Amino acid sequence: MSDEYVIEMRSIIKDFPGVRALNNVTFKVKKGEIHALCGENGAGKSTLMKILSGVYPYGTYEGDIVVDGEVKRFNNTRDSENAGIAIIYQELTLVKYMTVGENIYLGNEPIKNGIIDWNKVYADAAKLLKELHININPRTKVMNLGVGMQQMVEIAKALSKNAKILILDEPTSALTEAETELLFKILLDLKQRGVTCIYISHKLDEIFHIADTVTVLRDGSTVCTDCVADMTEDKIITAMVGRELTEQFPRVEHTAKDVVMEIRNYTVYDPDIPDKKLIDNVSFEIRRGEILGLAGLMGAGRTELASSIFGGFNARREGEVYINGEKVDIKTPIDAINNGIAYLSEDRKRYGLVLLMDIAENIALPNYGKISRFSVIDNNKKIKYANSYVKELNIKTPSITQKAANLSGGNQQKVVIAKWLMSEPKVLILDEPTRGIDVGAKHEIYNIMNKLVDQGVAIVMISSELPEILGMSDRILVMHEGKFTGEFNHKEADQEIIMRAATGGK
Amino acid sequence: MTDKSKRINIDARSYTMILALVAIWVIFTALTGGGFLTPRNLSNLIRQMSITAILAIGMVLVMVAGHIDLSVGSVAGFTGALAAIMQVNYGWSTPMTIIVTLGVGLLIGLWQGFWIAYQGVPAFITTLSSMLVFRGAILLVTKGVTISPLSDSFKLVGQGYISPSISIILGIVGGILYLIFEMRSRQAKMKYGIDVSGWNAGIMRIIGVLLLISLFVGIMISYEGIPIPVLIVLGLVIVMTFIANNTTFGRYVYAIGGNREAAAYSGVNIKKTNMTIFLIMGLLSALAGIVLTSRLNAATTSAGTGFEMDAIASAIIGGTSTLGGVGTVPGAIIGALVMASIDNGMSLMNIDYSILTIVKGLVLVLAVWMDVSTKKRTV
Ligand SMILES: Nc1ncnc2c1ncn2[C@@H]1O[C@H](COP(=O)(O)OP(=O)(O)OP(=O)(O)O)[C@@H](O)[C@H]1O
Ligand SMILES: [Mg+2]
Repeated sequence: MSDEYVIEMRSIIKDFPGVRALNNVTFKVKKGEIHALCGENGAGKSTLMKILSGVYPYGTYEGDIVVDGEVKRFNNTRDSENAGIAIIYQELTLVKYMTVGENIYLGNEPIKNGIIDWNKVYADAAKLLKELHININPRTKVMNLGVGMQQMVEIAKALSKNAKILILDEPTSALTEAETELLFKILLDLKQRGVTCIYISHKLDEIFHIADTVTVLRDGSTVCTDCVADMTEDKIITAMVGRELTEQFPRVEHTAKDVVMEIRNYTVYDPDIPDKKLIDNVSFEIRRGEILGLAGLMGAGRTELASSIFGGFNARREGEVYINGEKVDIKTPIDAINNGIAYLSEDRKRYGLVLLMDIAENIALPNYGKISRFSVIDNNKKIKYANSYVKELNIKTPSITQKAANLSGGNQQKVVIAKWLMSEPKVLILDEPTRGIDVGAKHEIYNIMNKLVDQGVAIVMISSELPEILGMSDRILVMHEGKFTGEFNHKEADQEIIMRAATGGK
Repeated sequence: MTDKSKRINIDARSYTMILALVAIWVIFTALTGGGFLTPRNLSNLIRQMSITAILAIGMVLVMVAGHIDLSVGSVAGFTGALAAIMQVNYGWSTPMTIIVTLGVGLLIGLWQGFWIAYQGVPAFITTLSSMLVFRGAILLVTKGVTISPLSDSFKLVGQGYISPSISIILGIVGGILYLIFEMRSRQAKMKYGIDVSGWNAGIMRIIGVLLLISLFVGIMISYEGIPIPVLIVLGLVIVMTFIANNTTFGRYVYAIGGNREAAAYSGVNIKKTNMTIFLIMGLLSALAGIVLTSRLNAATTSAGTGFEMDAIASAIIGGTSTLGGVGTVPGAIIGALVMASIDNGMSLMNIDYSILTIVKGLVLVLAVWMDVSTKKRTV
């Protein structure tokens, strides 16, 4: 690591209609370091990186970008790539139906005699993957890879363009722990090779794990840039939210009441492989006024279980579902919603939001029954509900007519939460509810969960973050390969017990 | 945020298109030495536009939901032929003919909806099939000959005018209804504590709408009065805009086109919504067929050929996205006006039909290009 800056962004100002996303941000990155970028939802992290990578071209912002001492004007992402900058977005951008090799060299295909030299594509891809210690065949189709591996392919793709500066926007939010480990190994390895890395994350422990320096943004301005060694988690949080946050998990003792939903002998089959069971004969119940935590490793089958109960998972299933003691047949999400079940999906872009629609419409979508008569919508009620949720959840937006696409990731998540709150469910299934959400907002969401439970709602919370499971659940069920391998009261559970159950050990 | 729900929902592309429309009108007025801008010609222009407009209104729904309907021309031709047969061969009364023809349109919609919504056959394929099927069916039912003439009352639908005095009354009633509507929506907002400040913007809008109504009625009564097919289109625009913006069905259409999976997870009944879309499209196609037969005073074997392209082009020029999720009914009307103005202006100038077709084709690309390039600048 040297003392010269590879990147200096000076006095950057970026306006969107009605919002100043960045207000005079200065951001300096030293050569060869791993530089973490932190801040609340909507603080401007992604926007700053999009400016650096040419997504927002020169002229749409104010201020200077200096790379290696030279002022740069990027007109598009290709210009920034040529300057050695590569960005990996939170939403992966690989072409599913193409192979790993094709994806890595997409747009950069080696040409021989006017045609693509496929041998070189695959040979080079194999070499690149090997250097990164990634064990995949470049001829595999991307759709057959997990999210973690796809992320690795993205990194390989960035490096194939000789990137000297790698930007990762919330890379681990969809990764398993093992995948995260692998990613860190690769990043540290790249650091050895002199690659500079800018790392955005809401997971503070990760920052302490790998970053050298951290910059905190708040409301579009730089709060501080410090050596990670000089920082503590509390200091970062205080810098982010502008006040101290006492406890991370506001635990409230709930008293579970009568059973609202009961699942008996539930089996879900793989949609592609007819005989494979994703969920194998599970039974459980959920009571009014409790938070049931569903723990497990990614891929254990929790999402499949939840979306299948909700009627959204298109695969054969067996078993019975009882609501308030009555057997119900839930074929589609419509049936589920009518029976008072709400399901917040882990994939908000795919299942949660209509990005082209505004905040008010997204919140209203499952709830039109409530604000319409004879199918005619009362738009004033819609506006009123939307305004009250924007306030309650502190959604950062200039107005409720802002398109969901224009919100920051965390604020999009809050919109999805709002839409299910409005449906006033009896059973609320939350699948990774705090994914991509900053610490302050997490706290707000936990408070809301507690409030709902006090009002008699039953909450099922699927989470891959053990502290969250331990901090919020009243009862914890652990799933491993489609079966429950443990049930604990929150008082008797700790990380170790749960991890043992989650990995199938006894 | 306050007046979003009540603003006539016209997006950026439509604004560009209104400017383009004005430009086209100015050019044609200059080139025809004023012949273009006479009340008589304007009246003809919007009358000619009405069939495309009726189809384009339905096409907006279809395309916003992410589908396409290639069969509307054939279906209009077929239902128009049936109407002619009912009148000419069987001597049915005009109301009876219209009701039965609209019923046939609904049945055709049911047929298409069955395949698209419930059997999962893509709309492109289903309607391509129907395009052929009903083109053949026209030949079958007409036995390849032109059927005419129709009764006087039936001809009114496509050729008639509302007399100038009644046109004025209609204009005044329309204006008053609009004022009442504005007042009530303001009251409703206040009841909910929604900010209604900025009377200025509201007053400007009200004055604008009232001026537009007066201008329209003024031009129409300078000729023969409001053409009946134009009145039909106006009614449809109001009803369909309301459906699109203020009913659950309408919002579901946009949600399905915007993100089908998210819509499904939000409890939107996708099959039922898609079925309804095609029922409406079938109904509107039959209505277009009736107006067409009435205007021509005959059913011909080639009736409706190419109408689907005009309807699709109008919707697209008016801001409807080919990818679904975006589009407005008033936008499509503006699109239809652009197409009809080019048609009308060039034929006034006696320009050959071949050139006219080429120009119309180019305008489509140009319109979308203008939109794409203005969007780029405002990122
Ligand atoms: N295309 C856009 N149009 C309008 N406003 C936008 C657009 N993109 C971002 N914004 C706004 O700019 C601000 C900063 O957003 P940004 O995505 O950079 O936040 P972030 O720090 O990455 O947050 P998160 O942690 O939630 O991902 C937010 O208020 C957001 O609503
Ligand atoms: Mg972000």
